[in-house]
This record gives sequence, structure tokens and C-alpha cells, in this order.
Amino acid sequence: MKFYRSHILIGIDDESLKAGVKRIENALRNELEKYELADEINIMETGALGYFGTGISMLVYPEQITYVNISEEDIKEIVQEHFLKGRVVNRLVLEEKITGMYDYNYKGRIVLSNSGLIDPEDIDEYLGTGGYEAWEKALAINPSEIVEIVKKSGLRGRGGAGFPTGLKWSFTAPLEADQKYLVINADEGEPGTFKDRLIMEGDPHKLLEGIMISAYAIGATKAYIYIRGEYKLCISRLKKAIEQAKKYGLIGENIFGSGFDLDIKIKIGAGAYVCGEETALIESMEGNRGTPRAKPPFPGVEGAWKKPTVVNNVETITNVPAILQNGADWYLHFGVENCSGTKVYTVMGDVKLPGLCEVDMGTTLRTIINQYGGGVKEGKKFKAALVGGAAGVFLPNKLLDVKMDYNNLKEYSAVLGSGAILVMNETADIIDMLWSVIRFFRHESCGKCSPCANGNEVLFKLIDNIRKGEGKKEDLDKMIHIAEMMNLSCFCALGQSLLMPVKSAIDNFRDDFLEKIKK
Amino acid sequence: MAKQLKLWIDNVEVEVPAGTSILDAAKKAGKYIPTLCYHEDLRATANCGICVVEIEGQNGTKRACSTAVWEGMKVRTNSKKLRELRRTLLEMILADHEVECPTCEQNNRCQLQDLAYLFGVDEKNMPKVRKPQPVDDDSFAIVRDPNKCISCGRCLIVCQEVQTVHALTIDGRGFEGKITTPFDKGMLDSPCVNCGQCTVYCPVGALKEKSHVEQVWDALLDDEKYVVVQEAPAIRATLGEEFGMDPEKVTVGKMYAALRRLGFDRVFDTNFSADLTIMEEGTELITRLKEGGKLPLITSCSPGWIKFMETYFPDLAENVSTCKSPQQMFGTLVKTYFADKEYLNPAKICSVSIMPCTAKKFEANRPEMRDSGFQDVDYVLTTREFVRMVNEAGIDFKNLPEEKADDLMGQYTGAGTIFGATGGVMEAAIRTAYYVLVGKELDNLDIQAVRGITGIKEASLTVPTKELGDVELNVCVAHGLGNARKVMEWIQSGEKNYHFVEIMACPGGCVGGGGQPYGSSIADRARRGLSLYKEDKDLPARCSHQNEDVMKCYRDFLDAPNSEKAHKLLHTYYFERNAMSGEATKEVTHKH
Repeated sequence: MKFYRSHILIGIDDESLKAGVKRIENALRNELEKYELADEINIMETGALGYFGTGISMLVYPEQITYVNISEEDIKEIVQEHFLKGRVVNRLVLEEKITGMYDYNYKGRIVLSNSGLIDPEDIDEYLGTGGYEAWEKALAINPSEIVEIVKKSGLRGRGGAGFPTGLKWSFTAPLEADQKYLVINADEGEPGTFKDRLIMEGDPHKLLEGIMISAYAIGATKAYIYIRGEYKLCISRLKKAIEQAKKYGLIGENIFGSGFDLDIKIKIGAGAYVCGEETALIESMEGNRGTPRAKPPFPGVEGAWKKPTVVNNVETITNVPAILQNGADWYLHFGVENCSGTKVYTVMGDVKLPGLCEVDMGTTLRTIINQYGGGVKEGKKFKAALVGGAAGVFLPNKLLDVKMDYNNLKEYSAVLGSGAILVMNETADIIDMLWSVIRFFRHESCGKCSPCANGNEVLFKLIDNIRKGEGKKEDLDKMIHIAEMMNLSCFCALGQSLLMPVKSAIDNFRDDFLEKIKK
Repeated sequence: MAKQLKLWIDNVEVEVPAGTSILDAAKKAGKYIPTLCYHEDLRATANCGICVVEIEGQNGTKRACSTAVWEGMKVRTNSKKLRELRRTLLEMILADHEVECPTCEQNNRCQLQDLAYLFGVDEKNMPKVRKPQPVDDDSFAIVRDPNKCISCGRCLIVCQEVQTVHALTIDGRGFEGKITTPFDKGMLDSPCVNCGQCTVYCPVGALKEKSHVEQVWDALLDDEKYVVVQEAPAIRATLGEEFGMDPEKVTVGKMYAALRRLGFDRVFDTNFSADLTIMEEGTELITRLKEGGKLPLITSCSPGWIKFMETYFPDLAENVSTCKSPQQMFGTLVKTYFADKEYLNPAKICSVSIMPCTAKKFEANRPEMRDSGFQDVDYVLTTREFVRMVNEAGIDFKNLPEEKADDLMGQYTGAGTIFGATGGVMEAAIRTAYYVLVGKELDNLDIQAVRGITGIKEASLTVPTKELGDVELNVCVAHGLGNARKVMEWIQSGEKNYHFVEIMACPGGCVGGGGQPYGSSIADRARRGLSLYKEDKDLPARCSHQNEDVMKCYRDFLDAPNSEKAHKLLHTYYFERNAMSGEATKEVTHKH
């Protein structure tokens, strides 16, 4: 193995690609060659480094210096000063305070342990971190034991509903069927959520390893990754990763002589929100219009092409290799009772440092916003956070210290959802926010059932009137009433969940609404 | 047998087999749970949410139509919350519905109207969200009013799954999602075969026939016009239901009486030309059997089926009988035979038919249906339109005297009357073909194997013919176009070898036609079929060759079955059609 004096990690994701990271990387390469440094300094492409709004960024090891907002003109200075003379270019360095938050040595990083650290397009780098050891371990034990381990670990679905993963598997694993499927929900339609994208961009092999173990546990010989079409980089990295895994014999027929076959395929979705609902996802995967199916039969019994099918979220499955490698008890150390492990959040809105973080379940909203989001920006006051995506809840100031986990949030009629946290400062208009949430639902309702299609339209009409200053006081209770009725009668979770944003916005910020109505 | 499960519906204990829906279990317990999108004949789509119920120990609600029962389930079909819920759902549906009840086709029949009344809906509770859309009325047969559509999805299931036509589809999503024709091009420019089953299953007035009521009134009230009317066999099986009489009996004499009181100048009967069709088609079958012509011979009475064949199976067009349908045979004869006999100017004759069918409106307008030198049939009224005219005219139908049809083209036999039920044409044809081939009447005229509501019926009978010895006759009867498609695929692949096949576009045959009363269920259709078989049994003549008016027509005018004149006037030819637009692209068979 070749030794380098320094490693430069460049974060390549959809955003940086759009910002021209490749051009800058080339400039850097040329500049290093010019000074004959190419043999000493290694440039590595990796996934997103974790923070956003910082332009093109790179991380230099072993110095642990992060340069942000780099432009092509800066390259010359960085190479001359830092790599030739050993002097850090301070004007481009991200504050230490912030990099500290992204403590890469923090042992709690499970899902993101490799993201931003390894080259996601190279299977050897993943193997170098101990990758695929869990897969090897899994193949040596009985599938039912794996289900038990995952059950014991308390892992719950990270797609939003928080259903215990092991329990879900235990419905399908014992079924006799000529074919079972594992489907990975990588549709990630919840507005403001991009955790799955960064997991897949940053560490596709970890997802694959999770798929392998999970498929083996439930007896599925075919796994599909249902991924939204916009995730071009994810798709190409996953494709590469699948090819590499095939070449290494990690998937295919009779894997490691175990007698177990597995094929992993990618299915590209068109980005309909409703296709995040597992039965609609299956319909779409089969080539039909994406509308939900009646349950029962549950997909675990009769899913894709009428065969038993387990649908799991990307983040859920990415937890599996570590659980198997380290054991259920190790996993139970993270998080809180009845809700173990970590959660990946996407923090955005009026924070200093929007981005991605992985923290223990049960971490308070205040910690996440202040420590990982850098606090509310421009010295403004916190007003509300929309937690859980569009199908989430507007949490006011008084709930900042609520512990964020599935059970606890339920007590406050809130949900963890997909882990999106949209922070609003004191100047934010809740009416505007609710208006756009309802507009989103109205746009994404599939139209199958009239409570959802018509309910959304009526709600939109009401909020639109309020926003225009033409609303009436009684409209507020009417909106809650309609959302409650939709919650009770809509066919799938899409229409049912609109109650949360509507009720939380109106209940917590009724004065804002009344003021608008009075005007 | 499925396991029996015990459960409670509003504290009433009931036992049903596993797999039963809550809705059906409730029915057994004597409780009708309100429904809107659900229809007993169709797969439950669970779209509207009106049938929600509460289940003890469970959060939220479940849809009764699509939730199977489980052992020990305790269902509550009514509660404060459920009433409130149903009312709100209905208010939201009405917020997107053009409420023009007094003038709507479905007034007093509309399920939405019923529910809105029952649950005390206040329309003003919701802001109106409906966006006006143009009414699609270019088709010859079907009018689609998207302003009234509540997206229940029944028409989609009928059109796509039962009939396999796919003229209706869903476009867009959410509130903007609407039921429309492919590429939103309108019914005329779609693969629609005009069967009208969508109109029968629509719970509101979003789908209805293209009305000819105004034109017929104009003709009736015009002294210059001589208005002649024919009524299809299936009509008489339905009128009883519509006028509050015994639904299990056919209504013939009062039907004639009502038509005279509406002002028709001559009241004939399509049953006459049904018998005539048997003479023509039966002869065609015998000729093909004897001379080795294309087999199986497939019937051609159902215009929905004909357009379906032209669209999806034009390669089988030569198998289809060249006979026009009874309506069109009748139409041609009215303006030739009848006009000659009565010294009437055919240009002054207005020929009206009363049909259980919407496709007949399309058929009457086919450009080739002008063998009399004029449009053979001018206007087609559905059963529904006829009932409406009788009611408008204030005719006390129930108390009318029993009258007879007029001479010349009014007589019919039992064979003609059973045309209205699936298998009827087959049975009628067998009766006459047997007589012609064997030289004596069948011992038992009731051919049970081709009767009944089973989708595809097959039978095999041995005919001891004079000329060919014992002939094994394999026949098949299919109704509903999904079943027709299956049979055609068997014929195409050679999987089945039939001699004679009867196809009716509508489930149940004409008694279940697209022009029959709204909401007609399979059970209604089966009952109407039985009443036709009962009439057949009671008639003095039960075979088409015993129809004296038909024989007279041959003697005086047509010469003989399949004669040159008969071919000119009573037979037709077929086209190939574009499966996207339904447009005729080329002739695939030709007139003799």
C-alpha cells in the first residue's frame, strides 16, 4: 500500500456536483502535479461531508482541517500555502467549533460511520473498515437467529412509522413461498428529508450489506431498491456497488457455498410522494399506477407480485450490519428505552449550519438545533420547528426539550417521521408554512379515495382564504375537523397524517391565525 | 368449505364464512351499512370511505366493504363519530359535485342524493371547490359529465376489468385526477364500444345515454311524420320494475298500449325481426356447416360486441354472421316492406326503436345502415328514456289495458322473446336449425345448458340430420366483453373448436344492457332473464320458423332466407378499427 503525507477528502454529492466540484478537483490535481506533490498528497472522492450551505468543501487529513466555500481561484493558494509550505489558509477554514460537532470519532455514528471518510465507489475501502464481515458472520448462522437478534436490538423502522423491524420480519420469515422479496424504500419523498440520499451516496456498500443480511434473514432471494429517479448519483453509486459486490461473490448464486442466492436490483421511481407508502410503492414497482392497496393482506404475506414482501427504509437496513457485528446488547446502549439506536436527522431552515447529523434516539430538539444546526441564525429567536417532514408537527418553543423518540413524541401528538427538522425563526409566517404543507399534500394525493382528494382541496381552499385575509374565525375549527375526519377515513397514511401539521399549527399558533383573519 | 366465524355487528351475533366482508356480514345481521362507491357486482375499490365502521379494541375506522371479518370481531356501524364522519365526507364530495338534482338523469335514484338526505348534509358547510369542466357529448351513445363525477371508480372497473375495453381511464392525480378517456380525447375518439355499462353502474348522473327524447317528441307531435316503433325483447322484462308492477312478469300488452298513447302511428315489435334474424342466421349456419364455410359462426346482434370485435379481433370478422341485428333488419323493412305495403313515402316515415341498449344508438348511426335508401332507424330510445316519456305524458301505465301489436311486423314467437337473455339467440337458433336439419321439432325446446348467468357456457349436442347423418354441434355462449375476449382468444389459438358462438356485450345479455335502469345488478339481470323464459314457455309458438308474419314477409317480399334480396337488405359487412380512436380504417368483409 502506498503511503501519502496527506489525504484530501472531497465531498461529492448532488449539490457539489451542481456547483462544479469536478472542475475544482481537476484544478487541484493539476496544481499538485505542477509542484510534484501528486505522489505525496492523495485526493479522494467521498460522500457529503455532512454540512450544507458551505459550498464546495474538502477535509484534509491528518490535520483535520476543513476548507469550505472553495472556488477555483483558491486552489493555487491552498496548494502553495498548505501543501507546499504547511501553512493553513485560515480564511477558508470552517470554524473549529462546528467541525467539532461532526466528531468523526464519535462512536455513536452507526449509519454514517463511513460517510465522508471513505471513497464510496471503492468496495476495498469499505472492506477496509470492516465491511462485509457482518455478512460473512450472518451466513454462518440460522436466519431465524438473525430475526431474533434484530428483534432484541429494538430496531424500529426509520421510514416514519417506527414499526419494530424484527417483528415485521418475523411475519414473513417463517412463510413458505416459492419467492419472497425484500424491497428497500429509497423513495424519500418527505419534503426536507435527504438522509437516505446521503447514506446511499456516502456509503452504498453498507446499505448493500444490510440488504444481504436482511434478505437472508427473511429468506428473500430477490431484493429491490426502489429509488427516486432524481437521485442520479445514488443510482450510479449503487449500481457500481452492486457490480463490485457481484464480482467479489458477495451476492449471486450459492454465496460462499451457503446455498443462499441473492440478486439485488434497482427500480427507479418517478418521485410520487404516495409511493413511499409501502403498498403504493409495490404497485408502482409492478408497473402500475402508484395507489395504495387494501390491507390486509399485508405485504409481508402478499406483497410484490402477490409474494411475501418486506419493505424497509434505507436507514433501517443500514443499521443491520452493525447490529449483527456487535450484537443486540451493544445496539441497546444507544438511544432510550423502547427506542434504541441512533437517528439521522436533516436539519434545515433558519439555522446557522443546515445539514445532516446522526445522534442517539431521545436527543432533545434543542440539542439538535443548537449543537448540530449551530443554533438559529442571525441571532433571531426560535419560533417553531416542523419535525418529521410535511406529514410532521409544528413544535413550539415550549416543546424544545422534548426527547425525540417514537414513544415520547407520541405523548405530544407528534412524530419523528423521516427525521426532517425545519427550523423557523420569529419572523416566519406559520400560515404560509401550513399553506405550503397543504398545497404539497393536495398536489401529492393520489386521488384514489375521495376523503383525501376532496379533503385536501377543501382544506387548501380554506387556508388559501385565510392567507389572503378572507378567512373566518370558524374556519380554524373547521380545518381541524376536516383533518380529523380525513385522519379517520382516508385510505392510506398520506391523507391520515395531514391532521398533524394542521392541528399542531392551529393549536400552537392560533393567535397568528386570528391576527391574519382580523386583518 | 370456508371456516365459519362468529362476530357481532352492533351487538347482533352473526356467523359467516371466513373471507366475508364486514358489509356482507352486516347484511346477514340485518344491517345495511351505507355505501357509495361500492356495488355488489364489482370489486370493492374502497374509495369513498362512507362505509367506515368502528371495531372494538382498534384505533380509527375500517372500511366495511373491503375488510374481511375475523373471529370475535365486535363491529359498531353507528356512533356519534361515524355519523359526523359520514356527513363530513358527503359534504366534501358535494363540494366537488355539480348539484343540479331536479334536472339530473339520476334524480330520485342517485345514491349521493339519498345519502345526503339521510345524513342531513348541509351543503353550505363546505366551500365549493368544483372547477367547471366541459361535458363530453360528442359520442353517438354516451354522455359524460365530469362535473358530476365523484371518482368512485365503478365505471373504471366495469370498462377495464369487466368489459376489458379501456375506454375510461384515470388521468392526473389527487383532486386534479379525473376519470376520462385515453389522452382526454372524448368518448367519440376513444375505443369505447358504447355498451353503456358505465352508465348503469354510475351512482350519480355523470354517465348517461345520448338522449333522443326531444327528437322523438318532435316526430310524434309532427303531423307530417308517420312514426313507427319497435321494442326489443328485453324491454318487456324490465318495465314491471319501473312501473311498480310484478318484476317477475313481462309487460307486453300495456307496453303496446302506452306506445299508442304516446302517439306512435304503428306499434310493431322487434321480436318479429328477432325471429327473422333466426331464419337468416340459422340458414347461414346450416349453409356454412354443409358447405364447409368459416366456423365457428359468431352472432352479430349485439352492436357493442360488433365494435369490440372490429377493434380487437378484426381477424375474426369473417366468422361473424353477416346478419344485421334485429333492430337494423327491422329498420330496413319498415322503410321498404312496410312502406310498400302501406303505400307510404319512406321519406316521411320516422323509425323509432326502444332498446335496452346504448350501443344501438351508435349502430343506427353507422353510415352503412342505410339500405332502405334512408337512415334505416332514425332514433333509438333506451328503456330509461322510454319510461321517462311515459311519465312525462302522464300515462297511468299500471292501469292501461292489454293491447296487441299491429299486424304485419308485430307477431313473434318464444324464440324471439328469449333473445333478450344471454343464451337466447343460441337457443332460438338451435330450435330452428334442428327443425331444418332433422325435419322435425326438438322434443324438448328448453336448452338449459345455454341458459343462466354463468359467464361462459358451453354445450355439445348431437343433431341427427337428414343429409349429413349425426352431426356433433359444439356451441358456446359468452356475455360481458371480458368473457367474449377469452372466447375469441381460444378461437384464435385453436384451443377450442366451436361451430356456433353467441356473444352479448353486456353481462346477462340485453336484459342487462347499458340502457336498462340505473344500478341494475347481476341478480336483477338474472331475474329478468327468467321472466323472458317464462313468457317463452307460455307462448303458443316457440320457434322462429312458426312465425306467420315472418313467413308472410318471405312470401310477399324477401323470397327466402339468405336470398339475394334478403342479403341486400338484411345483411351487412364489417370494418377494422383503430384501437386508440375507434375509427373505422378499412373494410374487412364485404357485402355479397
